[in-house]
Amino acid sequence: MPPGNGGSGVNSGWLPLDWIMLAVAAWGGLGALGILAWRRFFIVSRILFPLGALVGLVLAVLAASALGGGVETAVLAVGLPHLPMHLRLDSLAAFFLIVLGAVGAGVSLFAAGYFRRGEGTPPGLMCAQYHNFLASMAGVLLADDAYAFMVAWECMAMASFFLVTANHKSPEIRQAGFLYLLIAHLGAIAILLCFGVLQAQTGDYTFANLRAQSLPSFWATVAFLLALLGFGAKAGVLPLHVWLPEAHPAAPSPVSALMSGLMLKTALYGLLRVGFDLLHQPQGWWGVLMIALGLATALFGVVFAAVQVDMKRLLAYSSIENIGLAVAGMGLALLFRAHAMPGLAALALTATLYHVASHACFKSLLFVGTGSVLHATGERNLGRLGGLLRKMPWVGWLVLVGVFASAGLPPLSGFVAEWLLLQSFLFTPGLADAFLNMIVPIAAVAIALVAALAGYTMVKFYGVIFLGQPREETLRTAHDAGWWERAGMLWLAAGCVALGLLPTVFIRLIDPVTQQLVGAGLADQAGLYGWWLLTPVTIERASYSPPLFLFGIAAACLLVFWLVRGRYHGHLRRSPPWDCGFAWQTTRMVDTAEGFGQPIRQIFEPFFRVERTLPSPFDIKPVYRSEVSDRFWYALYLPVMRAVEFVARQVGRLQQGRIAIYLLYSFLTLLFMLLMVRR
Amino acid sequence: MDFDGLIPQLLNLFASAMLILAFAMLSQRRILRLIHLFTLQGLSVVGATLVVAWVTGQHHLYFSAALTLLLKAILIPWLLHKLIDRLNVRWDIETLLNIPTMMLVGIVLVIIAFNLAGPISQLSGSIARGTLGIALACVLLSFMMMITRAKAIPQVIGFLAMENALFFAATAATYGMPMVVELGIALDVLVGILILGVFMFQIREQFDSLDIRHLEKLKED
Repeated sequence: MPPGNGGSGVNSGWLPLDWIMLAVAAWGGLGALGILAWRRFFIVSRILFPLGALVGLVLAVLAASALGGGVETAVLAVGLPHLPMHLRLDSLAAFFLIVLGAVGAGVSLFAAGYFRRGEGTPPGLMCAQYHNFLASMAGVLLADDAYAFMVAWECMAMASFFLVTANHKSPEIRQAGFLYLLIAHLGAIAILLCFGVLQAQTGDYTFANLRAQSLPSFWATVAFLLALLGFGAKAGVLPLHVWLPEAHPAAPSPVSALMSGLMLKTALYGLLRVGFDLLHQPQGWWGVLMIALGLATALFGVVFAAVQVDMKRLLAYSSIENIGLAVAGMGLALLFRAHAMPGLAALALTATLYHVASHACFKSLLFVGTGSVLHATGERNLGRLGGLLRKMPWVGWLVLVGVFASAGLPPLSGFVAEWLLLQSFLFTPGLADAFLNMIVPIAAVAIALVAALAGYTMVKFYGVIFLGQPREETLRTAHDAGWWERAGMLWLAAGCVALGLLPTVFIRLIDPVTQQLVGAGLADQAGLYGWWLLTPVTIERASYSPPLFLFGIAAACLLVFWLVRGRYHGHLRRSPPWDCGFAWQTTRMVDTAEGFGQPIRQIFEPFFRVERTLPSPFDIKPVYRSEVSDRFWYALYLPVMRAVEFVARQVGRLQQGRIAIYLLYSFLTLLFMLLMVRR
Repeated sequence: MDFDGLIPQLLNLFASAMLILAFAMLSQRRILRLIHLFTLQGLSVVGATLVVAWVTGQHHLYFSAALTLLLKAILIPWLLHKLIDRLNVRWDIETLLNIPTMMLVGIVLVIIAFNLAGPISQLSGSIARGTLGIALACVLLSFMMMITRAKAIPQVIGFLAMENALFFAATAATYGMPMVVELGIALDVLVGILILGVFMFQIREQFDSLDIRHLEKLKED
């Protein structure tokens, strides 16, 4: 295979892919340096992590320069004999590399200030795993044969496992790590089988060959379902989502940010790669399945997020929700593609990819924000936080940006993504199938519901942590984040704002990807009226102007501020005696996480498995306890676990411990084999 | 002399000696006797190999025979003798359950072995192909001896007897394995017996007995 064809070419001889490989190797090298500087805290945190951020930035720029520049391939002479690793840089990979590099840079900056001495794994080893994790994610995106893909995929799983279990001395964290590893392996097996089906007995596992095969529809469906299962397990799609809420709180916050912001995206990348690129004859019902699964996941995730009391668990469930939305969008794109409507498929795909980029930014921001709160207070439980905005203004205001984006408020990134997604769902009456025309508006309603509940969840998240009064005395001594952490959060917040304000610019970046996958783009139409007006279809149909919204919102805020401060407070009337029992506010009166989530718990009761213990009326020190747990755990995982245990015990009976019995086994096997030969 | 009739007869003689010895080992209680029987079995393998070598003119079989003689008939029996002396089990008697039943099972095994060997010996062009069934029967009988014994040394002897039988089978079916393979196997057997000897000392140190039933305690629950 020629070492690269086409491409815009940064230098003579060196193509973007070569530079990108160099950047990925630099990440790996930083990891190795981390091992060398094992316990040198200063070198690791002040030099290696910022360098990692720089590499991320360079990677993003390189990938952006390669976007739309044609396909480049390379063959690396590493690996098993006669099994070299194929790499390929196309628009899809380049887009995800941009997200990986840019968001990774922000998180690395934050991590430079985050990791401390004496917290579980030494910083040098963390640095090694951290950069291995980044490099293997880039490897997943660049891989062009099943072998390289699986190697990178497993490296990614392993590196993240070690990162999750950084504080391995605590048994809960070890347990969370094990659960994560188990589901990651289940997913990897499914992906491996998927590639096995895709190669159609040609024995050639390069993606070029997989792409060239045209499978019979049955086997194509099998491959698609295996891919959905395998990548879904990594992404946290129902019902293989259970590792997410366990692993994310267990991991150190920058790691949670990388896992939620980027690793889940590599799973989505895999789905796109298999569903759109390798399997080129999509069937309509795959899309319907993905929409149903994605929406169920989204609704499930957001409802659970609303009742959580641990801030990182809340964000983990919120990640499940966002992944669900992205999967639904992808399903819609697949549906349009199967019905040969490239324009609408491009719209849905653009919405999905926009959501991917937006979620990567804001979820990383929120996770690193919880990291700062955790360091300042040592507390993850929402019930013991509160009023931190005054103590931690930097973290508070920057997290607010992420919260707005996550809640889907204009003019931030989340709104653009959700608006585009809703637009694409509202166009489905164009489909020929009456049944689909009936289903899809329901899906649009579900998306609206999810978006509203996400807003509710984010109000809870922000309000309980940062607003109100501090619930514990220790919170009064909380300190703000350091400069490295602020820089990282600023970068990520800037990403959210830029994605929100300049949608036409970013859609132009997404355009080559949709061109590659569905053969149509949105860029020309979307930016028809200039950079400030987003018109995904036609101007009559729908348009959105972020600057206008920004202006409007800013004007409204200023007006309210002026009215409250200038007018209302100016004529403040003090009238003490009649206070309705509300003489002064104590911390006990501030709304709690449980209290705020209560209505949702009531409304969506069937979703949950709630265990309540109510105190007796005569109890002097009443304790009220309620625990919300996942029904899937009891309905699916525990029975499977029991079945596996039962089978294992039955098989264990073979192990008698007597040598004579073991010899008898081999004797009988020998006889059996001989009789087989006789036949 | 009329070799045409005599040679197969000689081979069959050695083969039947092996089979009888295998049965004898299966039912032998005394460890010392067992070693003697094993030595005899080694000698009959040597005899059979020599006959095949002489008739077919395969010179490497002489080396095989010499190697077998050195190893199976002299060195290993000597090692075993030393071993039982040092372990002080020279005069031990093992209780064997139900010797008649074992014999009956052994006969069934022989029948199975002959049944199995039939089609294989059709393919073989060797003069000794008639004895393949016997060789296979010896393998199975030795295996069964390993299964039924409770002490460590008889098990090791069973293992060695099985190796003898395999060697005999190889000679019978294909005039022996290539020299390299044979050398390798010979070395393996020698190393194996040394390691097993060390194991036996360890077992006795742990459990004050060579009864391998004690190893059941090692099972993890």
